Amino acid sequence: MKATNTNDPEYFHKVVDCQYACPAHTPVPEYIRLIAAGRYTDAYMVNWESNVFPGILGRTCDRPCEPVCRRGRVDEEAVAICRLKRVAADNKDEVAHLLPKAPSEGNGKRVALIGAGPASLTVARDLAPLGYQIDLYDDQPLGGGFMRSQIPIFRLPPEVLDEEVNYILDMGIKQHFQTYVSSLKSILQQGYNAVFVGTGAPRGSDLDIPGREACDSSIHVGIDWLASVAFEHVTSIGKRVLVLGGGNTAMDCCRTARRVGGEDVKVVVRSEFSRMKASPWEIEDAAAEDIPIINNHVPKEFVHEDGVLKGMRFTVVNVVYDAEGRRELVPTGEEVFFEADEVIIAIGQDNSFPWIERDLGIEFGKWDMPVVDKTTFQSSLKTVFFGGDAAFGPENIITAVAHGHQAAISIDLFLNGDRVEKRLAPGTNLVSQKMGVHEWSYDSEVSTDDRYPVPHVSKEKALRDRKVEVELGFDISVAYQEAERCLNCDVQTVFTTNKCIECDACVDICPTDCINFIANDEEPSLRESLRRPARNEEQDLYVSSALPQTRRVMVKDENVCLHCGLCAERCPTGAWDMQRFFYSVTKAGGSCKQSSRSMTS
Amino acid sequence: MTYVKPAFRHPDAPTNELGRTRQDYEGGLSTLCAGCGHDSISAAIIDACFELNIEPHKVAKLSGIGCSSKTPAYFLSGSHSFNSVHGRMPSVATGANLANRDLIYIGISGDGDTASIGLGQFAHVVRRNLNMTYIVENNGCYGLTKGQDSATMDTGSPNKKGDINMYSPIDLARLAIEIGATFVGRSFSGDKQQLIPLIKAAISHRGFALLDVVSPCVTFNNHSESTKSYEYVRGANTGMPVDFVPMRQEITATYDSGATCEVCMHDGSVVRLYKQDNDYDIEDRQSALEATSHYAKEGKILTGLLYIQRDSEELHDVLGTARRPLNSMNEQQLCPGSRFLDSINAGLR
Repeated sequence: MKATNTNDPEYFHKVVDCQYACPAHTPVPEYIRLIAAGRYTDAYMVNWESNVFPGILGRTCDRPCEPVCRRGRVDEEAVAICRLKRVAADNKDEVAHLLPKAPSEGNGKRVALIGAGPASLTVARDLAPLGYQIDLYDDQPLGGGFMRSQIPIFRLPPEVLDEEVNYILDMGIKQHFQTYVSSLKSILQQGYNAVFVGTGAPRGSDLDIPGREACDSSIHVGIDWLASVAFEHVTSIGKRVLVLGGGNTAMDCCRTARRVGGEDVKVVVRSEFSRMKASPWEIEDAAAEDIPIINNHVPKEFVHEDGVLKGMRFTVVNVVYDAEGRRELVPTGEEVFFEADEVIIAIGQDNSFPWIERDLGIEFGKWDMPVVDKTTFQSSLKTVFFGGDAAFGPENIITAVAHGHQAAISIDLFLNGDRVEKRLAPGTNLVSQKMGVHEWSYDSEVSTDDRYPVPHVSKEKALRDRKVEVELGFDISVAYQEAERCLNCDVQTVFTTNKCIECDACVDICPTDCINFIANDEEPSLRESLRRPARNEEQDLYVSSALPQTRRVMVKDENVCLHCGLCAERCPTGAWDMQRFFYSVTKAGGSCKQSSRSMTS
Repeated sequence: MTYVKPAFRHPDAPTNELGRTRQDYEGGLSTLCAGCGHDSISAAIIDACFELNIEPHKVAKLSGIGCSSKTPAYFLSGSHSFNSVHGRMPSVATGANLANRDLIYIGISGDGDTASIGLGQFAHVVRRNLNMTYIVENNGCYGLTKGQDSATMDTGSPNKKGDINMYSPIDLARLAIEIGATFVGRSFSGDKQQLIPLIKAAISHRGFALLDVVSPCVTFNNHSESTKSYEYVRGANTGMPVDFVPMRQEITATYDSGATCEVCMHDGSVVRLYKQDNDYDIEDRQSALEATSHYAKEGKILTGLLYIQRDSEELHDVLGTARRPLNSMNEQQLCPGSRFLDSINAGLR
């Protein structure tokens, strides 16, 4: 194998699994260390800089970081990254004075943002401080988009949402709420220099089976029903409720139903449990509120008497996979009837652009989706950009934030006459953590604690009032212990070939047998011939150039390195060093304007 | 400084026939200097015991004084251990072995502990053929007292300060062959591929097994002119690669080519040697002495299994002691009374 090029910013970035998996590349270990140090405001700002909504995401994020957490490969469970983020938000001091402000004099350019969800708000947050005049349009009375309308209040208190939305609105954003944009043409005619479309995926899928029309008043589409509850247009539901669907919206619907009058609430899912789209923790929370989840049941018809819903009939199926892994739901012949007063359909959501005229020059492709560039988020009409769920279909908040940052870069480049493809590299920094002969400036000890569960309010209290937040969040002492579970994967093991005397000290001390000194070979055979064969191919091998004494190479399997620093501690020549790697995604306005708040600053 | 090794291990770490992982053979975290060869030898002992499926509680580790003699704290924490007086480890090992012949005895010593203060004890434990593995961690200096020349330092090799050693060195391997050792090997801490099979063979040998292992002192004797540095030993090492194949196991070679010679041990396991030159017989004492002296004259270090005598009589055979360990006998059996004493005395009259 060729020697690893550690100058490529993505090499060490990939070692920080959580940060690499995060669409916004939030520097997770960095803020976890700040939480452990009790520096909650700094931890919050590291987050805010990257993901804009730490308090919201600390409660609602889909957590792409946690399944890939290195801890999950050596221990039973990943670090509770998401809930630690909430700790920073819960315990921070006043931050308003730390946030960027719009300059007193603008740059004279106007940008319209359609939809006031996380993608648009992120664009606003990036562009307003650069002097752009931002006009924000939304048909709801308040900002936040689906974070407000679809995430139930018992998971996300309005104070938290308002606070973080207002940090952005307070940057001098011109707000056009309760304004439904019915024509993109009319917006374009107002002479905006650029338009960003962040309208989400607002249309819930319906279920066209017998009886659907006859009992329309008792059947609701999930996301619309959640919005109606959020804005208090709906305050009650029948005692017996069926929720159809296996995603997170279904979980939010069933739990909301339990709080507004539903006593016998069931979730019915077409497919098997293991294929449910809902996050495992949301399924757990639903189950804890006495909501059974019934899998392998395909809806057949709504049963009614003269338009009064009585229940639903389902076909029971077996899930069969053919040789190519394609799934088929094969009826068993059995049919089941569940009684219900009301049914909520939460089986998916789609994009919908009836308000975009098709003769504006915006190309639409498959599934009537606009053709959007995956890097620049620019549409075929150069002045119009898309982001969030509106760009490529339903994802999640953190993805919308990541889109918003990138779209803001494009808009800034575009309006400065630069090519939108000409994007700056990420900012990186690599700093030795050595403090003395055997001392590191990070806490290198590896805690063996199991993951700490987040305390909840009692079920009785939670179900009595829709507005009671279920999760209580970690208190400071538990947060410290949970933070200590983080392996500090951003503190990299950096190897200097010509300092090595091949004494084997690092090989002998490494708890997880990551380090090898071996004759070089092609990657597949090298992976197999290591002391512990490196069979997790998603994880790179760190390969040195030929060593001075024996011409062998050092090969480190990054997979289960604990970043404990023992290799560097036992290295007599400093060939190994522990160096903190900071990676920050370049934002609109260029890297030179960014601040990176860090442990050592 | 880290005092505790993290508890997590590689999720695919293998288990041996006893269902144990390598972790079960580890010890405390070393407090020796970073890069000390001794730590590599500890790691090799851990690997050897793991691979030989030895129960840690069936092992007794014994040592004297010095950096080397600290190392039993760093491996096999589930074993019996005795850190004895300087140079007196052989006496303690002899006593322990006579009291309980069922344990596996691993003595760890250094060049000071063996070749200086303990030379007398060493010579006698060799000639008595006590059933033990005796590992000398040989770095040519007294590291614990700031790096003075030891008795194994080569003539003309300077110390860190630049003072040249004027005295001739004691070659412990040659000395042991000379005075009747039944298993003598030499190795290098930086070559585990050779060291681990040698330790396994030494443990499997019935009788006294000496391993003289060059183990560089990173702090005091790893400079460019030293003949005990990593770089020098790597250049001068004339390695005789070794494979150890335990009893009842398929023989698969680690090394590719070269002339091989197989030595069957008393328990049926096999030591395979890949000799650099074929004209020397490792079962012939004179031949072994000539070969080591030949290489020494050329400034080379011959490593590998240098000499083996199979089917020797170890100390218990010579003394005719009971098969059952003395420590498992009761007072009645150990001290059968005046009637037996009378008959012994009568036999001496």
